[in-house]
Amino acid sequence: MATVSLTIDNVKVEVEQGSTILEAAKQIGVNIPTLCYMKDINAIGACRICVVEVQGARALQAACVSPVAEGMVVKTNSAAVRASRKMTLELIQSNHPQECNTCQRNTNCELQALSEAMALGDIRFVRPAQSHSKDDIDNSSPSIVRDPRKCILCRRCVAVCEKVQGVKCISTMNRGFETVVAPPFNQSLNDVNCAMCGQCSLVCPTGAIVEVDDTGKVWRALDDANKHVVVQTAPAVRVAIAEEFGMEPGTLAQASWWQPSPPRL
Amino acid sequence: MGAECKCNCEQDKSLDALFAQNKGNPNGLIVVMAAIQESQGYLPKDYLVKTAEELGVPLSDVYGVATFYAAFSLRPRGRHSVNLCLGTACYVKGAPEVQAMLEKEMGIKAGNTTEDRRFSLDLVRCLGACGIAPVLTVNGEVYPRMSSDKVSEIIAKYE
Amino acid sequence: MDTDFTADLTIMEEGTEFIKRVTSGGVLPMITSCSPGWIKYIEMYYPDLLAHLSTCKSPQQMFGALAKTFYAEKKGIDPANIYSVSIMPCTAKKFEAQRDELTDSGYQDVDVVLTTRELGRMLREIGVDWDSLPEENYDDPMGLSTGAAVIFGATGGVMEAAVRTVYEILTKQPLPDINLTPVRGMEGIKEATLKVGDLDVKVAVAHTLGNARKLLDKIRAGEADYHFIEIMCCPGGCIGGGGQPIPTNLDVRLKRIAGTYKADEELPLRKSHENPAITAIYEQFLGEPLGEKSHKLLHTFYVPRGVYSKPEGLPDKVPSDDHH
Repeated sequence: MATVSLTIDNVKVEVEQGSTILEAAKQIGVNIPTLCYMKDINAIGACRICVVEVQGARALQAACVSPVAEGMVVKTNSAAVRASRKMTLELIQSNHPQECNTCQRNTNCELQALSEAMALGDIRFVRPAQSHSKDDIDNSSPSIVRDPRKCILCRRCVAVCEKVQGVKCISTMNRGFETVVAPPFNQSLNDVNCAMCGQCSLVCPTGAIVEVDDTGKVWRALDDANKHVVVQTAPAVRVAIAEEFGMEPGTLAQASWWQPSPPRL
Repeated sequence: MGAECKCNCEQDKSLDALFAQNKGNPNGLIVVMAAIQESQGYLPKDYLVKTAEELGVPLSDVYGVATFYAAFSLRPRGRHSVNLCLGTACYVKGAPEVQAMLEKEMGIKAGNTTEDRRFSLDLVRCLGACGIAPVLTVNGEVYPRMSSDKVSEIIAKYE
Repeated sequence: MDTDFTADLTIMEEGTEFIKRVTSGGVLPMITSCSPGWIKYIEMYYPDLLAHLSTCKSPQQMFGALAKTFYAEKKGIDPANIYSVSIMPCTAKKFEAQRDELTDSGYQDVDVVLTTRELGRMLREIGVDWDSLPEENYDDPMGLSTGAAVIFGATGGVMEAAVRTVYEILTKQPLPDINLTPVRGMEGIKEATLKVGDLDVKVAVAHTLGNARKLLDKIRAGEADYHFIEIMCCPGGCIGGGGQPIPTNLDVRLKRIAGTYKADEELPLRKSHENPAITAIYEQFLGEPLGEKSHKLLHTFYVPRGVYSKPEGLPDKVPSDDHH
């Protein structure tokens, strides 16, 4: 396997030819911040958060799409890189509703996490009119809700719907500030060829695509003395629910000393 | 095409050959869409669905391309294309007043087409004729040094 | 109670249906039908192939129908007062629950579906301390299940569970190896051939709709010489479903899959047909697999939809003679 030697942050590293700067940096424990990148799903250099300085290059390069070259010298956290990242983040935030406290992805949002990590102290450029309004929220389907206001146009959802599912019921429409990830002809998800699988909501870094929240209905039923609530849980839930409490994936949330009691029928 | 199709695309033989040539070929998307735009004056939804089905391109992509390029129109265009330049020189020489008069006379806002499909009014960027600003073009014909009092006479020339 | 109980039930119904198709020239390959995202996909993209689907409902829907009939009767509760909730790794299950035809109990069989993420939020809302939760069994009469049921969550799990039962029913012998490893794992399309008596049974397993398409194109071209196909809409199967905790990436999927097969290994019962609660519900209520009551409550039909418009020349529902 052909290899390439390069220097990242003064550390020499040898990687497989064809690797990106992002992958090479990861090998030496440098996790360049990203937003739109998703391994095996989406590497398009859209968000410009992962930019790095490459000696001799005219401009900062997006690490997730830049292949390494022999003798390359890369700086991942110089003053210029940090300033660029922060400005990019500030601009993204300037077109993003500041609603973290009431958002379904509060505390589990990549935009939030990045803003925290980069100590974003101020959002100076607030556009008088945002690209989208609450009227653009699509809650037509029983499964998924789209809120274009929160979309950072990373295109992960489009990538998953296209490459993994081969459906692509959503894509990017229009251009510039009008750009939106949506079904065609201003239709809602319920009216197009969406399979309702929710993989889009699984990969979305923000609260732009989320599952429909039905918890209110369940609370009301539980509170209703006249209702006898019966609950069933799927096999796949018991190996994942513990993650909602910070446990390792695969932790089994089922009685470990399962004693099948004779069915009382 | 589906029983609900009410367009006349089945009768539009001029496009049949193009669809056949590009069957299963996503690379032919722009060529086909340009031909539809040329033939129909815009991109009707039923034609775009047929494009998606025949070429094997998801409809969301077809629509994405249609909305990305200014050359494509999703709404019917007028018989006469009226373009007003709003570049810097035209702007400072009074293009906004010309715009206001055009919109008043036509009864539509810029970016739209009149009800009777007589005119489509669009605002464009610098046409590179700043010496004769403000500049108006109708079907490519150039009207120099425009002012709002010239509007009525000009648009009356076009049926 | 436990969806895994009705997963075991699904195996009984689907296993019997499979044996019937193989022995009486029914439509083959038969394809599993428990993944509603997959069902919507085939209804849209391959409506001409709907006859291949098993007519079995998903375990969620079988449970819902039984909750408002069998369970209601057992407990002497008016089914109108039963509110049936399911916790699923899946957003498509919300769509499935409100499908018009899934009302065989006389009511909407499953009233509401919560994803794993929503359950997490509810538990956090009331301040549940994970580490202090007491261990309890699921409630009866629909709480007992097997390892075959728990592996439904992983790609290949439904196939393996079905094989564990079908093999024994046909040969009267247990599988030489209860672990059908060729159908496990993250490979997009997996195949296996099993000698069942004199028959070489060929099975295939696919996960993600992108891989489902490859198998369906093969069926359309007449090149699919499989008997039985399992298709799951999501990468890794349900453990990688759209409603699961975020993040879900390859590493996480592999860990959830490992947890699933570990659970199977540690359960005392590992084959659906050995579940005494399943035997009991047939004896006391359903009669027999594919019998009249089973057909009414546990089987369904599908709807040709087309991608952009309803396709011409296809019936309104498949099977078209379904009397639901």
